[in-house]
Amino acid sequence: MTLKRRDFVKLCTSTVAGLGISQLFNPVLVRAMEQAVQRTPVLWIQGQGCTGCSVSLLNTVHPSIKEVLLKIISLEYHPTVMAAEGELALEHMYEVANKYKGKFFLVVEGAIPKAANGKYCIVGELEGKEITMLELSKELGQKAAATLAIGACACFNAGIPGAEGNVTQATSVKGIFDENKITTPVVNIPGCPPHPDWMVGTIAHVLLYGLPELDENLRPKLFFGLNIHDNCPYRSYYEDENLSPVFTQKQGCRYDLGCKGPMTNADCWKRHWNNGVNWCIENAICIGCVEPGFPDDMSPFYESM
Amino acid sequence: MAGCAPKQAPAAAVAPGKKIKIAVDPVTRIEGHLKIEVEVKDGKVVDAHCFGGMFRGFENILIGRDPRDASQLTQRICGVCPTAHATASVRALDEAFKVKLTTNGRIARNLILGANYLQSHILHFYHLAALDYVKGPDTAPFVPRYKNPDLRLDPKVNQIGVDQYLKALEIRRICHEMVALLGGKMPHVQGMVVGGVTEIPTSDKIVAYLWRFKKVKEFIENDYLPLIYKLASVYAELLETGIGWKNVLCYGVFPLNDEESEFLLKPGVYTDGQDYPLDTSQIKEYVRYSWFDDADTALHPSQGKTNPRPGKKGAYSFIKAPRYNGKPHEVGPLARMWITNPELSPIAQKAGFKRMRDFGDKAFSILGRHVARAEEAYLVAKAIEKWLMEIKPGAETYVKSSVPKQGEGLGLTEAPRGSLLHYININDAVIKNYQVVAATIWNASPRDDMGQRGAIEQALIGVPVPDPKNPVNVGRLIRAFDP
Repeated sequence: MTLKRRDFVKLCTSTVAGLGISQLFNPVLVRAMEQAVQRTPVLWIQGQGCTGCSVSLLNTVHPSIKEVLLKIISLEYHPTVMAAEGELALEHMYEVANKYKGKFFLVVEGAIPKAANGKYCIVGELEGKEITMLELSKELGQKAAATLAIGACACFNAGIPGAEGNVTQATSVKGIFDENKITTPVVNIPGCPPHPDWMVGTIAHVLLYGLPELDENLRPKLFFGLNIHDNCPYRSYYEDENLSPVFTQKQGCRYDLGCKGPMTNADCWKRHWNNGVNWCIENAICIGCVEPGFPDDMSPFYESM
Repeated sequence: MAGCAPKQAPAAAVAPGKKIKIAVDPVTRIEGHLKIEVEVKDGKVVDAHCFGGMFRGFENILIGRDPRDASQLTQRICGVCPTAHATASVRALDEAFKVKLTTNGRIARNLILGANYLQSHILHFYHLAALDYVKGPDTAPFVPRYKNPDLRLDPKVNQIGVDQYLKALEIRRICHEMVALLGGKMPHVQGMVVGGVTEIPTSDKIVAYLWRFKKVKEFIENDYLPLIYKLASVYAELLETGIGWKNVLCYGVFPLNDEESEFLLKPGVYTDGQDYPLDTSQIKEYVRYSWFDDADTALHPSQGKTNPRPGKKGAYSFIKAPRYNGKPHEVGPLARMWITNPELSPIAQKAGFKRMRDFGDKAFSILGRHVARAEEAYLVAKAIEKWLMEIKPGAETYVKSSVPKQGEGLGLTEAPRGSLLHYININDAVIKNYQVVAATIWNASPRDDMGQRGAIEQALIGVPVPDPKNPVNVGRLIRAFDP
């Protein structure tokens, strides 16, 4: 259920937005708003992850998370925030998946373990039968309009759960879909965690204009199109071979400290984090968390390449 | 809709003396994957099992890596409290690398961890727990909810709760900005490394932190604490249930001097009504009821092994069962506040509760744990105010060190949700063994080899479940531990 662009603009500028919070929950207003613009149903499921992507999403500034939840999407299932629990929550999830088949968006946070029949990640129980992340991601994946794979664990080589030494065969969303011939489009929004703008921006792009243009790693080019080192504000230090010998020496390029900016494509250098107050390289180094090789190809983090 | 009088659906009839099983899976509004199964008889829980349904294998993934990678990788165990894992990890590395922090490095670490304490406690109460007491708007993700949700706030107070829920979204974001000012970004900080903190605070960053902090502190004083005490009056019987083992444990957190002889929240143990000094050699992890190899049971973390056996007969959880001196202990804000027993906020003082232990057994209850958490937020906020006066712009926060060929380190701290231990053993300059005993492992553990229930399992005993179709108090009890 793609939102019409006109509706979206109307939504963003409607008088409802100017009302106080209390009035926002007036049932008549809520119903009126929902009739004007139907919020897109989103089912957000979690596998082997840390919930850090969800927490990062909460840090969105414009729009605020309140606006995201109440005006843009209808978050029908999200284990960390939804009021319901147990069977009530699961039954609702399946009901939405069936009612909005081919229309809802699936967000997957965390990796999907294949070993031991998926028993390394059990996500719920319905009528006495446990449901694994492996089963759930396949079932919902087939029914979704599109799937957003959020965070390093859901993308590429499944991030840390998929790193060398793992016994769970942690797998990305795309990996599971390909093996099971699920053709639902996948957008990777990597990062450990992803920047809230990357998540909200991709969702907004999908709602307003359809799927964004993706690179060969299925990442939106909009956010992951440029190399960090090439655009880094400390680049001139590198050209001058002025390299910081210790973390707290900021008048230098962080190359010798292990910075993986040269191997990493993302817009952190201009976007900055947490309402723009800082970013990894200003503070220390980049560990390349948006790249398919994270973490193994970026490790040791504190040794230069 | 917020504003209507709560309508109580009639409770489903269960014959007296008859035992019934109720499973809640997933337990939502927590971090991670958890299932609870309770047995209810005559309207009360008589037995409980706590199932941890997810395993990633961090400890095995760490083997053979550069020891410094540990602080980056282990943070990713928990997206709500990465600063705590980073802290435990760098403390283990500090010991193994034999490096001593500068004063400014210690204070900067306190400011990073402290800001996330506030974030975590506010997020936990409002965005995870509050919907058990406050009726949200009639739209997703606030619906569906239980048909008989036992929500008792009058419309005016409920509206205050809803307004604060939304305001808290902004406040917790501001807390993360405070973390990021010194830590680089959040979740997952770059700033915590062996030897201190990577960024020397400048005056403008200290001031940026301060102005944000003022807003957060006001919220704690004017919104969070008063609402908690309001709930305690409306849901008064929830101060009388959920006592558990009444054994608690704290490793100590927020060192107040460079010698680490003083902590804001002190190390200690309280077992069977007696206070004891902390002795970490008393910690052992049991696995008889956990999906791990039976050969690896009753081990101290320094000998710890992680060999998963999913589907092992008789076991029911990926969570091990850590015990102190062979006994289950609860960890978290209540444990810390009970052991340190600090002076409480003016609101509590006015009501006659000068210190945490003045609450007596009421502290060991569903709402007692929320009171302890909110009071701890107030205590940490007061401490942050002091640390902001102590931190010196421009003074070194980092001490350089190199990876030792051999070494061993025990990193103890307290995550917002409880005691956190990291252990590292370095051989040939790489990680030979790494063990993590996280807070929720203590609280949400299954039974141990001796058959004793874990902390949450035990605390569930006696919790009223008058309506088995709407087991509201089960979720309330679990969330009070902030798993």
